[in-house]
Amino acid sequence: MNHEVRYTVKLTPNYLEVNGLRVQEATPGESFLTKLYHIYNMEYPKFFKMDVLCKVGFIASEVLLRAEAVERFVPRSDRAVLLFNRHSSLHADRTFQHTIANPDDFYPSPSVFVYTLPNIVTGEIAIRNKYQGESSFILLPEKSQAAMEQAIDRAFLDPETTSALTGWVEAVSDAEFEAEIELVVSS
Amino acid sequence: MIVKKIGDSMITPLGFSVEENFAAVMAGRSELCRYESLWNLPFPCFVSLIPDEKLEAELARELSAVDIASLGTKFEKIALLSAVKAVKQSGIDPTSERVVFILSSTKGNVELLADENLDIERVTPAHTAQMIATYFGNPNMPITVSNACISGLCAQIEAHRCLMSGRYDAAVVIGADVLSPFIVAGFQSLKALSDEQCRPFSVNRKGLNLGEAAATVVYSVDDDAADGWRMLAGAVRNDANHISGPSRTGEGSYQALTSLIRVNGLETSDLACLNVHGTATLYNDEMESIAITRAGLADVPVNAMKGFYGHTLGAAGVLETVLSMRALEEGIVPATRGFDELGVSMPVKVSSRAVDTAKHTFVKLLSGFGGCNAAAAFTRQISAR
Repeated sequence: MNHEVRYTVKLTPNYLEVNGLRVQEATPGESFLTKLYHIYNMEYPKFFKMDVLCKVGFIASEVLLRAEAVERFVPRSDRAVLLFNRHSSLHADRTFQHTIANPDDFYPSPSVFVYTLPNIVTGEIAIRNKYQGESSFILLPEKSQAAMEQAIDRAFLDPETTSALTGWVEAVSDAEFEAEIELVVSS
Repeated sequence: MIVKKIGDSMITPLGFSVEENFAAVMAGRSELCRYESLWNLPFPCFVSLIPDEKLEAELARELSAVDIASLGTKFEKIALLSAVKAVKQSGIDPTSERVVFILSSTKGNVELLADENLDIERVTPAHTAQMIATYFGNPNMPITVSNACISGLCAQIEAHRCLMSGRYDAAVVIGADVLSPFIVAGFQSLKALSDEQCRPFSVNRKGLNLGEAAATVVYSVDDDAADGWRMLAGAVRNDANHISGPSRTGEGSYQALTSLIRVNGLETSDLACLNVHGTATLYNDEMESIAITRAGLADVPVNAMKGFYGHTLGAAGVLETVLSMRALEEGIVPATRGFDELGVSMPVKVSSRAVDTAKHTFVKLLSGFGGCNAAAAFTRQISAR
């Protein structure tokens, strides 16, 4: 391995962990993602336009980058955003499919279609943080730590890349999601 | 150590081999045509489709009846057919643990979502990638790159890194996408489609055409002195600007190009051409002209292949790379079909006719939704006789 992990975040429908410590838990009857958005004062109205995959990636990345505690929102090209999942943008795909399924009720929406690509979440994180470095989304047949670590190692073969926001971000419905992401630096 | 091309293939409306495709492009042919209500969609579109009968005939020539029966969708058929042809040509042992399969696709089997008896696990391209790896008896977990329109170049960059890192000896990079009501209606909703022939970089351009294709390239490691096409490196950069529109300053493409040039010590005078994205949307072509000029590449001939095939999404990066290689072997920079009068703000060198060249190096450029941009450089080593 040519990289070391500095900070980690895990986000599920039930809890949020930072560096392995549970910092928030969901309460029944409210959206955990929206709750976290408010608790952390994220003040980023675009959040409410995002599909669930982007929301999960956005919240997890915000919490992760606050843990880093360095000056944010300065344009940089030395940090890669490299995310993984299995089901691609399945939730947005199903949402868009509903809008075209019935010829008598045909209303394809550009604001839904644009989320039918998994790498939109890498783009949302890049925009938020002014990251102009490498961004990539890789699909794996299953969540494999070994496959992800090899891909992260490969990302550091770009000579400008010195750190990466990386990990697993999956969301197949509003209630079924998982982000397990980390900030890694080259070693 | 270098990364050398040892096999390739193309499955497109213009033919099922690289030679057929190259001949068609040289003859200025395209299968792009207008459909008044394709799949009963309530609008006309101008697309390029792989004919089903020809595809079935080709499958019957290359695969066993049992294998064909296991393929459910057109996407699975063209992706596997393309891989089979390229792997055969390369001579690699696909069962080796030193071989990795990499798939590039944006939407894969998404058309299955319209099916009520849907096996949801089959929709993700990661499933198709595993199916292909399993077909070849390959033991490694396949990698699927899904970075919108730049996927085909990202997949080659992954392949390059897989080989340069020493973990693998060969990589099979398959780019494929098919069209469906999902994709056509989606691009239509974005107002990105033209209902006539697309015109990259033209003052008359009205939008893009969509097309179906699969293309595969097989790379392997070789000695520094090896003859043939080699991939030098690639770079991926994000605009950090907008999820569905390119940066007005071409920031990501500019950064990808400059990083590529700097890291590889490329001299712009060595470049035969820039094979660019050239989708024929107002914003893409304008952005590319700015990025190219900012990167100091305004003197290099520029060409785009969307006028022959339409935008083939996840296949584009592989298809356009392989076709550029084939053309440069003949000393030709292909025409930009559909181009007439320059309609971008920077004076890039686009031509409606094929141009002769004596150079053996080119840069491939792509950009896509999510603000992503990729550039990669390829060169052909020819030993002195």
